[in-house]
Amino acid sequence: MSTPNPTGWRPTAPSTLETTAVTTTTGNRALMLEEPLLFEIGNRNQTGVDFDPVKSGASRLGGLDRNGLDLPGLSEPETVRHYTRLSRQNYAIDLGLFPLGSCTMKHNPRLNEKVARLPGFGDIHPLQPQETVQGALQCINELAFWLIDLTGMHGVAMSPKAGAHGELCGLLCIRAALEARGDAREVVLVPESAHGTNPATAAFCGYRVEDIPATKDGRVDLGALKARLGPDVAAVMITNPNTCGLFEPDMKAISDAVHAAGAFVYCDGANFNAIVGKVRPGDLGVDAMHINLHKTFSTPHGGGGPGSGPVVLSEALAPFGPLPFAAKYPDGSYRLIEEESAGEEHPRTFGRMTAFHGQMGMFTRALTYILSHGADGLRQVAEDSVLNANYILRSLEDVLDAPFAHSGPCMHEAIFSDKGFAEGLSTIDVAKGLIDEGFHPMTMYFPLVVHGAMLVEPTETESKAGLDQFIAALRSIAERARAGDESLKAAPVFAPRRRLDETQAARKPVLSYNHPAPDGSSTGLGAHFGGG
Amino acid sequence: MRYLPLSDADRSAMLKVIGAGSVDELFRDVPEEARLQGPIRGLPMHASEMAVERKMRGMAAKNVAASDVPFFLGCGAYKHHIPASVDHIIQRGEFLTAYTPYQPEIAQGTLQVLFEFQTQVARLYGCEVANASMYDGSTACWEAVGMARRITRRKKAIISSGLHPHYVSVCKTMAKFTGDTLETAAPELTAQTDADRLIAAIDKDTSCVVVQYPDILGRITDLKPIADAAQAAGALLVVVNTEPVALGLIKSPGEMGADIVVGEGQSIGVGLQFGGPYVGLFATREKYVRQMPGRLAGETVDAEGKRGFVLTLSTREQHIRREKATSNICTNSGLCALAFSIHMTLLGEKGLTGLAKLNHARACEAADQLSAIPGVRLVNDSFFNEFALELPVEARPAVHAMVEKGVLGGVSLGRLYPDEAVLANGLVVAVTETATEEDISSLVSALQEIVQ
Repeated sequence: MSTPNPTGWRPTAPSTLETTAVTTTTGNRALMLEEPLLFEIGNRNQTGVDFDPVKSGASRLGGLDRNGLDLPGLSEPETVRHYTRLSRQNYAIDLGLFPLGSCTMKHNPRLNEKVARLPGFGDIHPLQPQETVQGALQCINELAFWLIDLTGMHGVAMSPKAGAHGELCGLLCIRAALEARGDAREVVLVPESAHGTNPATAAFCGYRVEDIPATKDGRVDLGALKARLGPDVAAVMITNPNTCGLFEPDMKAISDAVHAAGAFVYCDGANFNAIVGKVRPGDLGVDAMHINLHKTFSTPHGGGGPGSGPVVLSEALAPFGPLPFAAKYPDGSYRLIEEESAGEEHPRTFGRMTAFHGQMGMFTRALTYILSHGADGLRQVAEDSVLNANYILRSLEDVLDAPFAHSGPCMHEAIFSDKGFAEGLSTIDVAKGLIDEGFHPMTMYFPLVVHGAMLVEPTETESKAGLDQFIAALRSIAERARAGDESLKAAPVFAPRRRLDETQAARKPVLSYNHPAPDGSSTGLGAHFGGG
Repeated sequence: MRYLPLSDADRSAMLKVIGAGSVDELFRDVPEEARLQGPIRGLPMHASEMAVERKMRGMAAKNVAASDVPFFLGCGAYKHHIPASVDHIIQRGEFLTAYTPYQPEIAQGTLQVLFEFQTQVARLYGCEVANASMYDGSTACWEAVGMARRITRRKKAIISSGLHPHYVSVCKTMAKFTGDTLETAAPELTAQTDADRLIAAIDKDTSCVVVQYPDILGRITDLKPIADAAQAAGALLVVVNTEPVALGLIKSPGEMGADIVVGEGQSIGVGLQFGGPYVGLFATREKYVRQMPGRLAGETVDAEGKRGFVLTLSTREQHIRREKATSNICTNSGLCALAFSIHMTLLGEKGLTGLAKLNHARACEAADQLSAIPGVRLVNDSFFNEFALELPVEARPAVHAMVEKGVLGGVSLGRLYPDEAVLANGLVVAVTETATEEDISSLVSALQEIVQ
């Protein structure tokens, strides 16, 4: 035992004592902090805002005054802590590789965030007189032209709110075009490997959905498709590159056959990142394609949204696109074509599909991203994303079954199956194992055409060193799965939560906190640890 | 390019591992004739951060920001003060750059927020359950009509004339394709809403009655008689709210009997942003939850018995049910829902009530001063923070004339209802806590000069 240092300096040294599992009073583990529900820590009389005093006058609320809301509040420091603590229980692209296939989790540049918050973009009302929002209309119009040029299409509908809303827009254009020629068709063909939104959208706007099969090398079966085409088919929805991460080499032949049968080609543009600047869907006969700005053009996913899904349209479909849109006039001014002027400027529109003008906050971000990359940078984006995916495919195909690897390179995502895993171990165990290694899992069990599918999309955001680390981690887990290492079934063990009981959640749904908020007059642990 | 980490040396090394001679070989499935040989011609090349920011700032500078002028626009989007901590928190990378919480073990932050959001929305609306958000109020409104069709197996919706005309348009667009019948009408510049017309129109084919509360002209109507009439006929009452701050002071739609309540949540925590992204709110009765669209977060436990949250009841959703799903919605408004939830947490009941009182007091003040202008009539006898005026002149040119005087003075009904000549003199004015006394004076004098 040394004597206390007169300066107070007490250096720590590593202990040699063995530690067993430590439990803490709070349930916290150092930087990993547990956080109760807002309803357990807030109360109805607490607030984090101050207001100027209100001059009281007679209320003109039609005699419908409310009596209590049961909404707890927190002071500002408590609020900041509550959400900061919660944030630390999330994985994010800012923390590391996020290889969710078909989701294109790429870096979200912070310049985009800065630009979207400029008062001239962030603080303007959608119904302001048009002379006061010329810059906003210019932004929408310039982004529209980029999207048209990048896809080789004729027009673009900017208002759809997300990918599935874009699909809806495309199908409504198709339906309007068919009705305009007096041709009622009832069926939309969708490959088995399509995103669930494709059949759901077709059904949502009143179509009957039929599957088209895939060939054993993961492509649309052109023969089966041709055989099914007929006068009742309105459209075929194709994802290209497809959800197996493969380009459809017969795309032009598919389009030609569909057009010859009097139908239209809808392309799901979720995977546009693989081909932006390399291939233009317009050159392949596509009639409509949505572009997820929150995928290819880097607007943040925000834990599930918002998205933005502009739809590029062929010459045949563009006249039917929705209202409103921003048009540029020869005098350099911009105008919003709304219901009022549609009669002269856009008479065949199928109508409006959302209030106001679309996801402006995503347009500013996407245009900022596009201007940063330019035509050359976007092309490099596609090349690097495809290069990264192929690097993963070839680095792991000896330990993971890659069902389509024999047929050649993949596009921007690599697909593996669970073939070769020991009995009792499956894709989900590998996915959860990756969590313990510090990675977000890949997309699992999608597409349905591959058994135990694992769809890995690294995007262009990853460095080679980052990919090498990921490959090493996934390799080790794959080897454990092949060897029958049962401990994988317990994964994750280092995450904020172990595997959760999703069956119980669905059987007895608890969808809100069902105890009244305290009024702050009494305190007690009971309120803090009451559970839901 | 600053966003691309690979060096040329990395690319060569990786191609070697892959066994390809060039990147172009990886694109060999793309037919030769469809492959672009270089960057698309006529488009600019990459640019520095400074250059891009300069260009975007130039565009932004051409717009008049709401905070820079006396500002009175509403009609479905409202200018409110957003506490600084809201924008700070939503920019944390763990929230901003996370995906949909499909891997709950590493997404508890987002999932707990969604669970709290659902609870806040349900309580605000006076309903049992709410979902984890929709795109916006207008699309949520159509989804509610579709849900009422599924529940009642009827296809006629009676739409109040007080429903936001954009919301009506969205419903009309969709109904053309789904075969639903919509009974619609344009509003009249009267203090009375069309509650009686709605009640009279309900019959055995009615799936739902859709009522906005407060309505497009700001009027507040008692929903109870409509709920009773609809439910007596086996139909549902769908209530639409575009100004959630109002619900700090007026009765919740749920307590008056609404079956489905939907709305726009933008006012709480989300900036104006020229119309989007916003956040659609959606709530209903527990017994209808399996017919509800959109994601739901639910409570459960993990392998160690600790409380945790997951996305649940996914068998309603497109990724499981495909063409049999309740909706095609996938992406929602997660980050805007977070902003809503943070702002609502800062407010609490006390703050929301205070904010609502401030809005109402300001609006009463403005309504009194504006209706004192000779020739200007206040249409409403009830309102929250928004009301309609009938001017002695056409409102559309008046709005532009006010711009000349540096005032954004309201939304003309001519813009929203270009085909309804009788509404041409109508002006809807929204007055929130952000309007100062000087702002209100500027509006009054600008309008006075124009109508004289």
